[in-house]
Amino acid sequence: MSLITIATREPLSSSSSLSPLPLSPVARYLRPLAIPASLLVLWELLARFGVADPRFLPALEQVAARGVAEFNHGGLGSNLLASLERDLIGFVFGAGAGVALGLVIGFSRLVQRLLGPLLLVHRQIALFAWVPLISLWFGGGETGKVVFIALAAFQPTLINTWQGVDSIPRHYRELADVLIFGWRDFVWVIAIPGALPQIFTGLHAGLIYAWTATVGAELLLNIAPGLGGRMNEGQHLFQMDLLLMCIFLLGGVGVVFNIVAGTLERLLMRWRMP
Amino acid sequence: MGGGQTAASSGHESNIDVAALTRRRLLAGAGRLSLGLIVPGGLLIAWVIAALLGRLPEQILPPPWVVLDTISQSIQDGTLLSNTVTSLRRVAEGFGAGALAGLVFGTAIGLSKIARDLVDPLFLALSQVPTLGWLPIVVLFVGIDEGLKIIVIGWSAFIPVVLNTCQGVRDVPQTYMELGRVLLFSRWSKLTTIVMPSAVPSIFTGLREGIANSWQTLVAVELIASFEGLGYLMAYGRQLFQLELVLSAMIAVGLVGLLIHGLLALVETRLQRWRPEISR
Repeated sequence: MSLITIATREPLSSSSSLSPLPLSPVARYLRPLAIPASLLVLWELLARFGVADPRFLPALEQVAARGVAEFNHGGLGSNLLASLERDLIGFVFGAGAGVALGLVIGFSRLVQRLLGPLLLVHRQIALFAWVPLISLWFGGGETGKVVFIALAAFQPTLINTWQGVDSIPRHYRELADVLIFGWRDFVWVIAIPGALPQIFTGLHAGLIYAWTATVGAELLLNIAPGLGGRMNEGQHLFQMDLLLMCIFLLGGVGVVFNIVAGTLERLLMRWRMP
Repeated sequence: MGGGQTAASSGHESNIDVAALTRRRLLAGAGRLSLGLIVPGGLLIAWVIAALLGRLPEQILPPPWVVLDTISQSIQDGTLLSNTVTSLRRVAEGFGAGALAGLVFGTAIGLSKIARDLVDPLFLALSQVPTLGWLPIVVLFVGIDEGLKIIVIGWSAFIPVVLNTCQGVRDVPQTYMELGRVLLFSRWSKLTTIVMPSAVPSIFTGLREGIANSWQTLVAVELIASFEGLGYLMAYGRQLFQLELVLSAMIAVGLVGLLIHGLLALVETRLQRWRPEISR
């Protein structure tokens, strides 16, 4: 079950099996920009010549100006920070619990059998279905939001950690038996390094899930400083420039998270296979 | 691991006593199942006892019989069913539109490197924005009626379907394509007899992710802006502090999720039965 798709697995155009046409370097760099650039130009033209309703399609410079103004004295910067803080606190709790429980379940067949069915059922309940319950239990304020974000980060890290430990090749376990490894040696020498790539996949997914949940929590629960709150404001006051600015920031944070997680993953792989 | 062991032993003792073996396996399965029931069963019992002793404030967790009562009542007066049907219809419409568009678009950019280069950056950038982030903007454009739900649900299904379809179509083994060239296949028959069948597993991954996303998005959208559906039922229960209603709707959400999960697994094994490396 996945709430969002991690789009960075690889750029779609990484391999070119179907058309091996050589391209001039200029074309290669310009081509990806062609559509975004022409869309932006079209947008600007439509807005400039009054073809489109400016309430729906504000001119680009207006969006940019709104962004600058908001950052300077509208508090958009502090809203962004508030969202990020909420997101990261929830992520740390949720992912920490997910990795810990995933390791325990992965190692102990007994715990796996005890908790497996419960977790299977838990996975089937759509994440957002927890929102009403969480808001009644923890309130719609900061606690409720962080709990919801933590829950979002918990699911993918738990599943991936569990699978990571489960996928350690059987002969590694046998080797550990032959070498009469203690329980602790087994965990540190074999299990954790063996499961790390998948744990990282889980953390990466958890980071993205948590960000989605942050937006959702801010839209669904009590209004508080944060990007979601600003989007609510933009919707109610019909301020498309503010909304577009928020979209831009939401996407930007997603991109940064993906880049950071991807870089860490690559570094980790290099460390594992020198 | 357990599967490997049973497979090895069944090969070994295939001609011995099948009945004894089956019995042993059944017992082991039952043992495993009952282990899995300990924790949920224990929690349930604790819930019942705490409710009987009156230690559980109703705002935190209403007694289990109240929840059961609410469920049976809302089944009888049809609210649970009609709201579930509404939700399912929305998912079907949104997912259908999003997945269809995703299949076409994904195939197109999978086949053509030029199209891929052109569309890739824009698509990746747009897909980085959490789906719910689009909601306030879409509301301004189309209002909060059915259109909103279809668009947002469709978009959440569109992304994974495009990514996976494109990948599947692009990564068709080169040798298959060469065979097609040798046999002088037309473009169309290359597409239908080589590319599509070979992309099926990948496409299916995309569809599965897409429908999971759709269901998730549906619940969120119904919580935010809706007057019927399971999400609405939950939001309503939350406003009235009727936890039993919230819990009943959650159970329905979980059951539908389980149902979708099971159906997909069934279809997937059906579809992939012809692949020698996967069927066993």
